[in-house]
Amino acid sequence: MTNQTRKHKNPKDVSVGNYIFLIIVCIISVFPLFWMFVASTNKSVDVVSGTLIPGTYIAENYKKLIAGTNLWTAMWNSFKYSVTLTFFCLVVCSLAGYGFEVYHNKAKDRLFSVILLAMMVPFAATMIPLYQMCSEMGLLNTTAGFILPTISTPFMIMLFRQNSRSFPHDIIEASRIDGLGELQIFLSMYIPTQKSTFAAAMTITFMNAWNSYLWPKVIMLKNDSITMPMLIAGLKSGYVTDYGVLMLAVLFCTLPTVLIFFVLQKQFAQGITGSVK
Amino acid sequence: MRKNYDANSDTGSSKAAVLPSTQDSGHRLTLKRRQSLAGWIYIFPAALLIVVMSFYPMIQALILSFKTGVSNNMKWAGVYNYTRLVQDKVFIQALLNTFIYLLIQVPIMLILALILASILNKPSLKCKGLFRTLIFLPCATSLVSYSIIFRTLFAINGYINTVLIHLGILSTGYNFLGHPNSARIVIIIALIWRWTGYNMVFYLSGLQNIDSSVYEAAKLDGASKSQTFWKITVPLLKPMILLTAIMSTNGTLQLFDESVNITSGGPANASITLSHYIYNLSFKYMPNFGYAAAISYVILVIVAVLAFLQMKVGDTRD
Repeated sequence: MTNQTRKHKNPKDVSVGNYIFLIIVCIISVFPLFWMFVASTNKSVDVVSGTLIPGTYIAENYKKLIAGTNLWTAMWNSFKYSVTLTFFCLVVCSLAGYGFEVYHNKAKDRLFSVILLAMMVPFAATMIPLYQMCSEMGLLNTTAGFILPTISTPFMIMLFRQNSRSFPHDIIEASRIDGLGELQIFLSMYIPTQKSTFAAAMTITFMNAWNSYLWPKVIMLKNDSITMPMLIAGLKSGYVTDYGVLMLAVLFCTLPTVLIFFVLQKQFAQGITGSVK
Repeated sequence: MRKNYDANSDTGSSKAAVLPSTQDSGHRLTLKRRQSLAGWIYIFPAALLIVVMSFYPMIQALILSFKTGVSNNMKWAGVYNYTRLVQDKVFIQALLNTFIYLLIQVPIMLILALILASILNKPSLKCKGLFRTLIFLPCATSLVSYSIIFRTLFAINGYINTVLIHLGILSTGYNFLGHPNSARIVIIIALIWRWTGYNMVFYLSGLQNIDSSVYEAAKLDGASKSQTFWKITVPLLKPMILLTAIMSTNGTLQLFDESVNITSGGPANASITLSHYIYNLSFKYMPNFGYAAAISYVILVIVAVLAFLQMKVGDTRD
C-alpha cells in the first residue's frame, strides 16, 4: 500500500538519463574483466589486434602457462595461506569482539580505543621490523609467517564488537541461569545467531589474504612458496609478454575471489557496512 | 565448569531470599569479577597479537629510523636519515605523487560514488540489484590482477591504443606508461575503477538509514532536486563521507600494488609511491632499513595528521 502510493507520488523519480548513466558505468566496470576473459581464450597476436570475441585458444594458453610456471603450487599456497589465516582470524577476532562488547567495562573500553589506533599504522611502517622478526624466528617461507601479522586486525575486532551489540543480553543472563558456562554461551548461543557476521568476516579476510601482495613478496623468497598474485606479477615482467597466457593466469588469480563474492555478496555488503552503523 | 556451578549457586541464593544481603552481594561481586576475567581471556590473544605485530614493530621502526648501516652492523646516526630526506629527489617525487593521487583521485571517486548511490537508492529504479552487483564487481578482483589488466589495456600495443588508432585519433600507439603524466593518469583511472563501487556500498547503506519521509517533506516544501541533494543527502551522510574519506586517504598513502604492477614506478620513478620506494630501499637495492624506516614514519605522521584534520572538519561543519 505504502509502496504503491510512493510510486504514485514520484512517477518520474528515475529519468532516462539515470539509466544511461548507470549502463555506461556498468559497462566500464565490467569491460576490463570481460576483456581479461576474452584475452585468456585467444592467441597473443589476436589479443594485440583487438579482438573482443572469445576464442578457442584457451587449452594452448593453459599448456604454455603450466609449462612456464608452477601455477598449481602457487594456487595451493594461496589457498593454504588464506584458509589458515581466515580460520585463525575468525577465532581470535570473534572472541575479542565478543569479549569487548559483552564484558565491557572502563578498562576494556580504553584498551579497545588503543587497539583502534593500530588501524592508523601503515603497513610500510611495521614491515621491516616484522621481516626481521620473521627471519630471526625462521618463519620466512612459512604459513605462520604469512598469517601472524594479520590474524588480529582492529577492523575485524570492531566488526565483531559492533555486531555483538545486537546480541540480546537477556539471552546471556538466561543461559547463565540455565547453567551454561561463559565459553558455552559463546559457542552455542552467540555463534549460531551471528552467521551473517561470520560470513562477512570470512569473505573479507579470505579476499584480503588471497589478494595480499606486499607482505608475501617480502617473506616468500623461495620459488615453491610463492602466492598467485606474486606469480602473475612475475609473469608480466618476462622478456616477451604472451598476453593470452598472462591473462589466463590473471583469470586463475581472480576466479576464486569473484566466485566467493557472488556466493556471499549479500553478507559481504552487510558486513562491511554493518560495522560502521 | 566451575563457573557453571557458581552461576547455579548464584541463582539458587537469589531465589532463596532468606540469605543475608551482604553475603549475597559479596558473592555477586566475585561472580562479576569472574565474568570480567572471562572477557579478558577472550580479548587477550587478539590484544597480544596487535601489540606484538603492530605496536612493537612500530617502536622498532622508530628506533631503526635513527640508525644507519646494514643488518648486524647498524650504528646510531641521529637525525641523519631525516635530514637526508629533504635532498632525496625520489622521495620528494614519491611524496608529490602520493598527494597528486590523493587530491585528484579521492574526490572524483567519492563524488562519483555518491552520485551512483543516490541514483541506486531511488525507489522506482528497476534492476537495482543487477546494477549494484556490476558496479561493485571490480572490488572482487585482486589489486595485482586489475593492475596487470590495466597495464595490458594501456600498453603501447594494448586495447586502448588499438581502439584509438581504429577511430583515427592516433596514427601510432601512444606510450601511456612511458610518459610521467599519462602514467599517473592511468594509475588514477585504475584506482577509480577499482574503488568507486566499494565506497558506493557505504553510501547506499547510509542512505537506507535516512527516512524517506524527510524527502517527502522536502518535496512538499518545494525543494529542488539539487537542493535536496546538498541540503539533505550530503549532511545526513556526513559520517559516512568522513569514514570513506579517511579510509581512502589511508589507502592512498599506502599504495603499493598499483605502482609496482601498472607502471613499475616508472618512467624513471615518475609515478612511484612512498610504499613502493620503501620496498625498493629495503629489499630491491642495497638494503637500507634505517632510511626506509624514516620514510615509513613520514607516512605515519601524514596519516595521523590528515585523519585528525578530517575529523576536525567533520566535527565543525554542524
